[in-house]
Amino acid sequence: MGAQLIKGNEAVVKAALLAGCRGFYGYPITPASEITESAARYLPLVGGVFVQAESEVAAINMLYGGAAAGVRVMTASSGPGISLMQEGFSYLAGAELPCVVVDMMRGGPGLGSIGPEQADYFQIVKGGGHGSYRNLVLAPASVQELVDLTVLAFDLADRYRNPVVVLADGSVGQMMEPAAFPAPRPVPEPPPWAILGTAATRTNLVNSIHLDPDRLERHVRTLEAKYRRAEQREPRWDGWRTEDAEVVLVGYGMAGRVLRAAVEAARRRGIRAGLLRPLTLYPFPTAEIRRLAATVRAFGVVEMSTGQLIEDVRLALEGRRPVELHTRLGGNIPTTEEVLDFVAEKLAGAGAGLEVPAHA
Amino acid sequence: MPDLAVVHGRSPSFYAVFDRKEDGDPGQTHYCPGCGHGILTKLLAEAIDALGIQDRTVLVSPVGCSVFGYEYLDVGNIQAAHGRAPAVATAVKRSRPDSIVISYQGDGDLAAIGTAEIIHAANRGEAITVIFVNNAIYGMTGGQMAPTTLVGERSTTTPWGRDPTVHGYPIRVCELLATLEAPVHIERVGLGSNRQIMAAARAVRRAIDNQVRGLGFSVVEVLSPCPTIWGLDPVEAQTFVRDTMPRTFPLGILRDRTATAVPRPPLPSPPDPAELPGILGLDGATAGTTGGRAGGPRHAGADHRIVAAGFGGQGVQVLGEVLAEAGLSAGYHVAWLPSYGPQMRSGTSNCHVRLCGGAVDSPLVSRPTALVALNQPSLRAFLPRMEPGTLVLFNADAVPPDGLPRGLRIGAVPATAIADRLGSPRAANMVMLGALLEATGMLAPGVVEATLQRMVTDPAWRDLDLAALRAGQRAARRALPATCLHRTAILGAPGPPGPGPRPS
Ligand SMILES: Cc1ncc(C[n+]2csc(CCOP(=O)(O)OP(=O)(O)O)c2C)c(N)n1
Ligand code: SF4
Repeated sequence: MGAQLIKGNEAVVKAALLAGCRGFYGYPITPASEITESAARYLPLVGGVFVQAESEVAAINMLYGGAAAGVRVMTASSGPGISLMQEGFSYLAGAELPCVVVDMMRGGPGLGSIGPEQADYFQIVKGGGHGSYRNLVLAPASVQELVDLTVLAFDLADRYRNPVVVLADGSVGQMMEPAAFPAPRPVPEPPPWAILGTAATRTNLVNSIHLDPDRLERHVRTLEAKYRRAEQREPRWDGWRTEDAEVVLVGYGMAGRVLRAAVEAARRRGIRAGLLRPLTLYPFPTAEIRRLAATVRAFGVVEMSTGQLIEDVRLALEGRRPVELHTRLGGNIPTTEEVLDFVAEKLAGAGAGLEVPAHA
Repeated sequence: MPDLAVVHGRSPSFYAVFDRKEDGDPGQTHYCPGCGHGILTKLLAEAIDALGIQDRTVLVSPVGCSVFGYEYLDVGNIQAAHGRAPAVATAVKRSRPDSIVISYQGDGDLAAIGTAEIIHAANRGEAITVIFVNNAIYGMTGGQMAPTTLVGERSTTTPWGRDPTVHGYPIRVCELLATLEAPVHIERVGLGSNRQIMAAARAVRRAIDNQVRGLGFSVVEVLSPCPTIWGLDPVEAQTFVRDTMPRTFPLGILRDRTATAVPRPPLPSPPDPAELPGILGLDGATAGTTGGRAGGPRHAGADHRIVAAGFGGQGVQVLGEVLAEAGLSAGYHVAWLPSYGPQMRSGTSNCHVRLCGGAVDSPLVSRPTALVALNQPSLRAFLPRMEPGTLVLFNADAVPPDGLPRGLRIGAVPATAIADRLGSPRAANMVMLGALLEATGMLAPGVVEATLQRMVTDPAWRDLDLAALRAGQRAARRALPATCLHRTAILGAPGPPGPGPRPS
C-alpha cells in the first residue's frame, strides 16, 4: 500500500466511509463546504444517505435521527454553524447517541473570517450546550491524522455513545498531503438500543428527559462516570523531543505543526525545546503534562485563539511551572520564526529558579 | 385501506399500563381531562393497529404537552428537541425506509420554533406523516401566545388579547404548506364533536397509510381542545373547537395528490466493502491494495520550500499541486497548503509547497527557498520574506530595476508571453514550473511530465502543458546566469552570497 496526495476535506469523507459511516447531513460553510460536497458525491455511491439540511440546527438533529436509527452518522461545519449546533450536541449527549462532527474552525467572533483560527476550543472542548456533558474531541494536524482520527472518532463515538468532534483549524482541511487509508470495514450492525422500525426494537426509547430529580441525577452520574472512564483511557498526544526538554511547547492542529519546526530551530540555537501536541483535547493529556512538569522548567502555549487551550495546560500544571502564551488570530498562522522569538524571549530563562516538585 | 370501525376498548398499540411514567398514576395519561392530545393519541393507536404497523412505527415526539408520547404508544419512540422532529424524522425515515415515521408536534413546536424544519421536510417530500396539534396556545409552558392563537384571544403573553397590529395574525399552516409542490396529503380536521373526531380518525389513518404505500409527505392538522389553559370546561372547550376555531382554520382537504404521487426510489443496494477503495478513488492507498506512492529516504537532507503566487486564475494552485504530486512520485515527503481567507487579499492567490527528505514539519512556508511570482503584486508581497541566496522567478520580460533586496538569485521568465505563443496564456503556470525545475533541479523533468500525463486528462491541454513545461526550462537557462542554475548551485545547500536558508 502507498499513499495518495489528497486534500484534507476530501480525505475526511473517504475515511468516514471506510469506517462504516452511512449518513451525512450538512449545511455548507467555508472552509468546511468541500466535506459536504464530497459527502454528496460519495454517500449515494456506497448506499448511504446524504441530505443537505436547511440549517445546521436541522443538520445536527438529522444526526440525532440517523444515530437513533443505528447508523454511523457525520456532519461538518465551522464556527457559525457549530454555534447553531450546540442545542443538538446537548441532546445527543443526553440521549447517549453516537455521532461524529468535523469542525474546520474559522475566524470569529460573529462572521469573523474564513481564515483558519482555533477559537471554537471553548464551545467544543468545554461544551457550548446546556447540561453536564462533554464532547470527546480529537485534534488532527495533518491529512494522515485527519484520516486516522476520523476513523477513531467513529469507534469512540460508538464506545462511549457520545458525540465526538474532529476539531481542526481550517487550514488542515484545505491542505493536501499524502495519506494512507485503512481497509474498508463492513458497516457495523446497528446497536441493540437503536430504533429500526422492527419488532425487535419496538420497545426501545431514545430520550433525554428525566423529570424525576433522582432519575435525572442518576442519569447525569452515569454520563459523568463515562467521562471519567474516558479521562482514564483515552488521552492521546504526540510528544516530540520531550525527554531532555527544559521548555515544552504545547499546541494542536496547524499550530502544532509549526511548533515542531520551532522545536528543531530552538535546538539549533541551543535551547532544549520539546513539543507536546495533544491529539485529544477532551480528554486532555493532563497526566502527561504533569509528568513533564517534573523535569521541564517552563511551558509555552501557542494557539490561534486568545488563550483557550492555555486554560487546560494551566489546570494540568496547577501552578507547578510557569506557562507563557503566544497567539495569532484572524486567519494568521504563527510562523516558526515568531515562535522561536517567543521561546527565546519568554521561555528560555523562565522557571530557572524553580525546584523540581517532589510530588510530580 | 380497511374501513373505519369504532374501536371499543384499548388498542394493542396503546400501552395498558404506563410504566414509563415517572410520577402519577400509571393507569392514567398525564393529559388534562378533555385534552385533545388524549383523544388523538387514541386515534393514532387505532390507526397503527388497523394498518398492522405497530412494529414498524417510530414515533418522534418533540417538546410540548405531548413530549411524553413514548409513555403511551407501544412503538419505537424517539423524543426530540423543541421543533426539530421533522429533521429527526427525516433521518430516521431515510436510514430505515421500511419504518413508518410519525412526527407528532404542537403548534408552538411546529409553527414557531420549528418552522424551518417543517417547511423543508415538507418541501423535500420526506415520506413521513406529521400530526400537527393546533390548540392555539402553548400548553406545556402555561399558556403563552402560539403562532396560531386567535385574534383577540388572551394568553399570558397577550394579556389584552392578540392584536394583529402588534402580534400579527394566526398562521394557517396547512395553507402555507399547500404552496409547496411536494406534499401529497394536507388536511385539517378537528376534535370538536364526535362527527369531527370520526373525520379526524379517517384523516390520521389515511396520512399514515400514504406512508405505508410509499408515498410522500402527509400532514394532518388537528384543531384540539386545551380546556386547562383556555379556562373552559371540557364541553365548552370542545364546542369552541367545533364552532369557533374553524372560522380561522377552515376544515377540509387542502391537498390530495396521493393518486399521482411517485414514490421515492429505494436506496440502491450497497456495494461490497471490498469495492469501496475503487469507488472512492483510493486504489493503492488503502490497506490491502497495492500501488500508490509514498515518501521515502531518497532525498536525505533535502528541504525545498516553495511559494507560488499570482492572480486568481493564473493557475498557481495547480502549479503547486503538480509540484507536490510529482514530488511524491519522486520519493519526497510533500505538503501543499493553498491560500484561502486573508491571504487572498486583492484577488491574489498563493500556495506553499514543501518537498522534504524527511517528514514535513510545518506545511506553512514562512522562509521560502524559492518564490514563483506570476505577477507584480505577488513579487512585492513575498520579496521581503526572501533571504539572500534564495531563488525568485518572476513572470515578466525583465526584472524590475529597483527595490530588490540584494543577493537574490532572481530571473525574469516571460511566462505569459511564452504560453500565449504556445496556444494559451493559461499555460503560464507550467512555463514557470519548468523554469523552477531547471533552476533548482529538485525534480527530474521526466517525473513532472509523467505527473502531467496522469493529471491532465484533456489531450490538447496535456500537450500544451508539456510544451509549456519544456519552454519554461529553456527560458530559465536564458534568464538566469549559469551560476544560478542547479548545476552549479543546488538549493538547500548554502548558496552564494548569503548564509544558507533558515528553517521555515
Ligand atoms: C429551545 C426551547 N425553548 C423553549 C422551550 C420551552 N417549551 C416547552 S414546550 C413549549 C411550547 C409548547 O407548545 P406547543 O408546541 O403548542 O405544544 P402544547 O404544549 O400546546 O401541546 C415551550 C416554549 C423548550 N423546551 N426548548
Ligand atoms: S395543558 Fe392543555 S394541551 Fe396540555 S395537557 Fe392540559 S389540556 Fe392538554
